[in-house]
Amino acid sequence: MEPLIKTEGLYRYYGKHCAVQNLSFELYPGEVLGLLGPNGAGKSSSLRMIAGNLAPSAGKIWLDGVDLQANPLQAKRVLGYLPENPPLYPELTVDEYLSYCARLHCIPGCAVDEAVSGAKDRCGLDDVGQRLIGNLSKGYQQRVGIAQAIVHDPTVVILDEPTVGLDPIQIREIRSLICDLGRERSVILSTHILPEVQATCSRVLILHQGEQAYVASLKDDAPQVSDCFLIRLAQPPEQASFAAMPGISHADQLACGHYRLHLESADVHSASKLAEQLVQAGWGLEGLAPEQPGLEQIFVRITTGEHGS
Amino acid sequence: MILTIAARELRSLFLSPLAWSLLAVMQFILAWLFLVQIESFTLLQPRLTGMEDAPGLTDLIIVPLFGNVALITLLVIPLLSMRLISEELRSGTFSLLLSAPVSMSRIVLGKYLGLLGMLGTVLLISMLMALSLLAGGVLDFGRLAACLLGLCLILAASAAIGLYISTLTSQPAVAAVGGYGLLLFLWLINLAAGADGKGSALFAWIAMPTHFDRLLSGLVRSSDLVYFMLCIAICLVFAVHRLDSLRTRP
Repeated sequence: MEPLIKTEGLYRYYGKHCAVQNLSFELYPGEVLGLLGPNGAGKSSSLRMIAGNLAPSAGKIWLDGVDLQANPLQAKRVLGYLPENPPLYPELTVDEYLSYCARLHCIPGCAVDEAVSGAKDRCGLDDVGQRLIGNLSKGYQQRVGIAQAIVHDPTVVILDEPTVGLDPIQIREIRSLICDLGRERSVILSTHILPEVQATCSRVLILHQGEQAYVASLKDDAPQVSDCFLIRLAQPPEQASFAAMPGISHADQLACGHYRLHLESADVHSASKLAEQLVQAGWGLEGLAPEQPGLEQIFVRITTGEHGS
Repeated sequence: MILTIAARELRSLFLSPLAWSLLAVMQFILAWLFLVQIESFTLLQPRLTGMEDAPGLTDLIIVPLFGNVALITLLVIPLLSMRLISEELRSGTFSLLLSAPVSMSRIVLGKYLGLLGMLGTVLLISMLMALSLLAGGVLDFGRLAACLLGLCLILAASAAIGLYISTLTSQPAVAAVGGYGLLLFLWLINLAAGADGKGSALFAWIAMPTHFDRLLSGLVRSSDLVYFMLCIAICLVFAVHRLDSLRTRP
């Protein structure tokens, strides 16, 4: 299968400052990529390059197999882009604005009305079609921005912080819209909000100082290996006796009877082995759960340069 | 695509009070100047009847009127053109055009046509004023056509200059100041031509009034037409290149 978005060795310099370095990834139809990173990590620059708003200093981008630098007009046909600040004209009504966007994206005149009402429907804008964009609240303006990005039914959708300024209900609606879009299209979204990535994305890419620091799939079917377990014991022993057990590097007491155990090494069987050990020791094992390194821990570890937690 | 962009530009312009207030103020001032010209014509009329080959309505009213229209529009164009690109760059709406499958030259042409549409209304109201003279006199239509052509060309050239200046900065006010600077300079540069005219033929050629005045006097020369066309073409090509380089700017 052809990737819908492919980038290879993207670099972007602002003067001597390198905003993005060596960004390479591929995104297939049906995938939602979450771009994470602290402020100034190069998220927006990366997205602007992929959306054709910024020329990369080096590297190549293909959208649906078409080289964006060599053939920009054809490549941009499949693209829908919501920049950080939604590109809205406050003096137009929502309907006027969306039909202008549809026409800009080469929708033939007879199909414009249909495209506009489809986009309004998906973004919950049915009631505000006749209102001026300048008079709408921030949340509605953000939704008009998203509607603008999907009005021409693009296969590649790029959303730069799509849920900024929305209330919790709207955030849920937009997340389900993104999941919906991600079924047959490729979606990239950037955000600061970690739960948003966990809720909507199938893959995550963490940028740190312009570099690709972490890439992982968030799909649940991968076997999970953890070197960290939370346990609950009925008859807790002395803290030191954990260290005496083979395979355990150290233990932290969280509360009375609750411990976090760190193993020296981990594989898919480590949970059952640990359970056996604990039962044999006769401490009254009541609970054992692998602790996944959450996205937040990974994020903090990468962005602050800390190792282990 | 060009027309879509031009139509959006015109619509936004006429939805804002800017276009209407500019047209109203211009119309008021032009009407005042027009009436002053008519009054001086009626004072001169008794003397003109005795003259052989006397100047007519077209010479004494329409030529000065169109000269004034050109001068006043010169003051208005930077205010209109600064919105075209500077303001879009500042508010971020330009990225809508950048991520759409539209080439840079079409964006520039669309914006330019939008501005020309607005200036077309200026042309229309000055034309109607001129034609109102038909109610009480006769006009030299050949001369009128030459004047109209001159006015069209000088407005189109000034609009192209304003558009180019607008691509240079994301500060609309700076774009307006730059536009005023360059347009006034092109109006005034022939002052350096001096009395003898030696060595300043270049300045005289660069100056817009040199070419405009010839058209107003009814003389349509291809070199003057080429001057305005060249001015428009250069500014539009520069604007396209400038916008292309915005994406690659370090």
